[in-house]
Amino acid sequence: MNWLTNFVRPTIRSLVRKRELPENLWEKCTGCEKMVFHRDLVANLSVCPHCEHHMRLGVRDRLKSLFDRGEYEQIAVSGVVADPLKFRDAKRYSERLKENRAKTGDDDAMLVARGTMGRNKVVAAVQNFAFLGGSLGMAGGEALVTAAREAVARKAPLIALSASGGARMQEGILSLMQMPRTIVAASMVRDAGLPYIVVLTDPTTGGVTASFAMLGDIAIAEPGALIAFTGPRVIENTIKEKLPAGFQKSEYLLDHGMVDMVVHRRELRGTLIRVIDLLMNKKRSEAADADGTIAIPFSPPSVFRGDSANEGSDLKRAAE
Amino acid sequence: MAMETFLEFEKPIAELEGKIKELRHLSDSGEMDITAEVAKLQSRADQLLSETYSALTAWQKTLVARHLDRPHFSHYVSGLIEDFSPLAGDRVYGDDRAIQGGPGRFRGRSVMIIGHEKGIGTDGRIAHNFGMAHPEGYRKATRLMQMADRFSLPILTLVDTQGAYPGVGAEQRGQAEAIARTIEVGLDVRVPVVSVILGEGGSGGAVALAVGNKVMMLEHSIYSVISPEGCAAILWRSSDKAKDAAEALKLTAQDLYKLRVIDQIISEPTGGAQRHPQEMVKRVGAAIATAFDDLDDLGDADFRALRRKKFLDMGKVGLA
Ligand SMILES: [Zn+2]
Repeated sequence: MNWLTNFVRPTIRSLVRKRELPENLWEKCTGCEKMVFHRDLVANLSVCPHCEHHMRLGVRDRLKSLFDRGEYEQIAVSGVVADPLKFRDAKRYSERLKENRAKTGDDDAMLVARGTMGRNKVVAAVQNFAFLGGSLGMAGGEALVTAAREAVARKAPLIALSASGGARMQEGILSLMQMPRTIVAASMVRDAGLPYIVVLTDPTTGGVTASFAMLGDIAIAEPGALIAFTGPRVIENTIKEKLPAGFQKSEYLLDHGMVDMVVHRRELRGTLIRVIDLLMNKKRSEAADADGTIAIPFSPPSVFRGDSANEGSDLKRAAE
Repeated sequence: MAMETFLEFEKPIAELEGKIKELRHLSDSGEMDITAEVAKLQSRADQLLSETYSALTAWQKTLVARHLDRPHFSHYVSGLIEDFSPLAGDRVYGDDRAIQGGPGRFRGRSVMIIGHEKGIGTDGRIAHNFGMAHPEGYRKATRLMQMADRFSLPILTLVDTQGAYPGVGAEQRGQAEAIARTIEVGLDVRVPVVSVILGEGGSGGAVALAVGNKVMMLEHSIYSVISPEGCAAILWRSSDKAKDAAEALKLTAQDLYKLRVIDQIISEPTGGAQRHPQEMVKRVGAAIATAFDDLDDLGDADFRALRRKKFLDMGKVGLA
C-alpha cells in the first residue's frame, strides 16, 4: 500500500493518457457507430446527437441529471453479509466484489440518494450496471429497503431506476429472496400513500424485472432499452426461432401495455417532476412551471400516444 | 415396486435389484431355494440405497428433484384434499394448466390450494407445459390468492417448476409483471400462507408461489435462483460444469435451512419420494397439518406483517 504508486501514479498516467491519445476524446456511438465528441456526449447525457441512441449513463451523472441543481445527498446503506455462500466459479465471488468496488468506488450495485425535484422531496434508488451487471443481491435489496424507509420517513415519493441483468447468481437463493424483499419495500411506499415510480433503463431483465421494476405506480422506460424477464438469447435458444423485430425493447413494451411511457432522457427530469407534482400536490404547487391554464379550444393530435413526455407541453404550446 | 427408472448414480443399486429379481424368478420356477441368498442381497441393496440417499450431492439431489416418478401437485391433491374444486383462467387471456388451483378441504378445513403441475406421462407433460407457467398461470394464482383473502381461506401453495416459461408469448403478455404481481399479492394477503417445495423450485417462477408464512421443502427437493445448467453456462461458460454449479449454488433443502430461507425440511422415505409416493404424500400431509395448527396458535396475528418481516429479515446469515 503506497500512496505514491496507488494514487499519484495512476492519476499522472491518466492525465498523460488523455493528452497523448486525442482519440479518447471521441467515442463511438453503440447505436449508429458514428464518432461523437466526448464532451458533446456528456452534455447530451450520453445520448447520441446523431441518432438519439441512449447509451448507458453513469449512476452519479444520472442522479445529477435528475435532482434540482444536480444536488443530492447519498444515503448510506448498512452492510450485509458479503459472499454468504463462499461462492466460487472461475474466480472467487469475493474477488469479483473487490474488483468491482475498486472499479466503481461503491460498495455495491445500487445507490440511494435524496434531494428535491421541482422542489418536491424525492428519494431515488439507482442501479449501477457497471457493478457486476447491476445484479441484485443482498446489498441491492438492502439499498431498496433503505430507500423505501427513507421515502416513508420523509413522506417523499420513491423513484427506482433499474439497470440490471437480474439476480446475482453468486448469492444463490439469497439473491432470489431479494425479489420478495424488494417487493415488500415497494409495498411499504405504496401503503404510506406515496408514489412509487420506476424508470426502466437498458437493460432490465430477470429477477429485477420480475420484482420491484414492474410494480411502479408509473412505469417510465428509456427509448430502446431492453426490458425482459427471459433475455432474448435464451428465448432464441429455446424456441430456435428468430425473434420479432424490436422484441423486448421499450417501445414494444409500450405497445403491449407493460409501461406507461417511453421518455427521452432529456425529458426525464421534467416528466418526473410533472407526475410527482400531480400525485403529491392536489393543487398546483409553485414547483411546477405554472404558466396558467390551457387555452380552450385546442386541437389534439390525430394520433395520441403516451410515449412522449413532451406531448402535454406540445399541446399546451399548440394551443397558445 | 412400480419404480423402474433408475438414475445414473443409482446404477449399483439397480444392478443388485436386477440380480434379486433374477433369483426370485428362478426360485419361483422351483429350480432352487435361494431365500437366504435373496434376503442377503436385498439387505445389501437396502443398505446401499439408504447410504446413497443419506449422502446425495447437490447435483444428485437435482436429478432426484426432477425425477419423473416423484409425486406431483395432483398426487398431493388427490391424497390430501377433499372436495377440491379446480378453478380456471386468469379472466384476461386464458387458462394455464402449468398452474392449478382452487378451494378444497384439508382435514376439514377449507383452504385455497395453488401449485405447479408438471403433468404425468408424455401427453400430460405437454398439456401442463412441464410445469412452466405463462403469465396467465401467475395471474390465475393472483386471482385465487385474492379470492382466498376475501373469504379468509388459508392458502396452501405447492411448488414444483423448472421455472417460468421462456417464450415470445410469455414475454409479450408480461411474464415479469405477472410474477412480480403474484409475489406482491402473496405477501399482501391477510390470511396465513403455507408453502411446500415438492421437487424443483426454479427461480422467479417458483418464488412467485413460495412467499409463505411457513416455507417447507422436501428432503431432496431443490430451490435455486437459476438451474445448475444455466449457471454453469453463464459463469463457467460451459454447461458441463452443472455439477460444480449445483454445489456452489447451495440449492439443497439442507443448505436453505441453514441459511434460514426455509423453515422446515420434510423427510423423504428411503430412496426418495419417487420410490414411495403414497408415503411421501402422507408425510407432507402431516407437515401441512402441523403448519396450519401452528399458525392457528397465533390466533388473530397479522399474517401479512409477519410475512413481510420474515422476508425483510432474510439473508442475515451466511454459510460459515
Ligand atoms: Zn448514434
